Amino acid sequence: MTTPAGAGGRDPGLQPERTRLAWRRTTLAATVVAVLAGKAGLAGGASGGVLAAGVVCCAGWAGVLVVAHRRIRGLAGVGEPERLSLRFAVGVVVCVLVTVGGGVGVVLR
Amino acid sequence: MTGRVAPVIDFVRNVRLWFSPAEVRDDGETPDYRFSLANERTFLAWLRTALALIGGGFAVDQFLPDLRWGWRVGLALALLASGALCALRAVNHWVRCERAMRRGEDLPVSRFPALLGVVVAGVAVVMVVVVLVGWEA
Repeated sequence: MTTPAGAGGRDPGLQPERTRLAWRRTTLAATVVAVLAGKAGLAGGASGGVLAAGVVCCAGWAGVLVVAHRRIRGLAGVGEPERLSLRFAVGVVVCVLVTVGGGVGVVLR
Repeated sequence: MTGRVAPVIDFVRNVRLWFSPAEVRDDGETPDYRFSLANERTFLAWLRTALALIGGGFAVDQFLPDLRWGWRVGLALALLASGALCALRAVNHWVRCERAMRRGEDLPVSRFPALLGVVVAGVAVVMVVVVLVGWEA
């Protein structure tokens, strides 16, 4: 704590890398959810409503991927990494909520 | 301010903070980036918890087809709703921790993990009972 690592300093905790991997795990979890939603959607028969709900789910999933990709690139630079901005944090949560919204449609088909 | 109203006002204030990033940034002084990254990873861990609950909702809907419609849809919607709640709480907690670190205050305490644990245990028991008794369609 007394010697903040950054700007070429050594960071024995590999904090940026661990944070990148945490984003990767999150995209993996989002992908599993999208696959389950897709299975539910296909099993429900391809009616218009279920299809629309499935598209909403996929949009939420794609949003999570985009936010995670941009954040991972922000962490990849040399020197002190950027901090997580509120925009990204709220953005990824909104994407998850969109997925839930589509999921309600799929479940209530 | 009575104890019952304070949490509601705090929540409204936090929601306002979500959409005004500058206010968080201007508060106090910037902590060591490693603390910010640790806070970010905690946020992501809660987000994955939320995604797991959401995935559980889809799984109940998909893999218990013999269950009566009401039980199946009720359990699935309850899991989806708890996932949404968990995601909202994740970003709220992240903002509160970030602000506490900037101000040099104690990190916020929360009864949410205990509540979530009780709810998940309750859902698990209900599912075991429902599957064993087999309230089929």
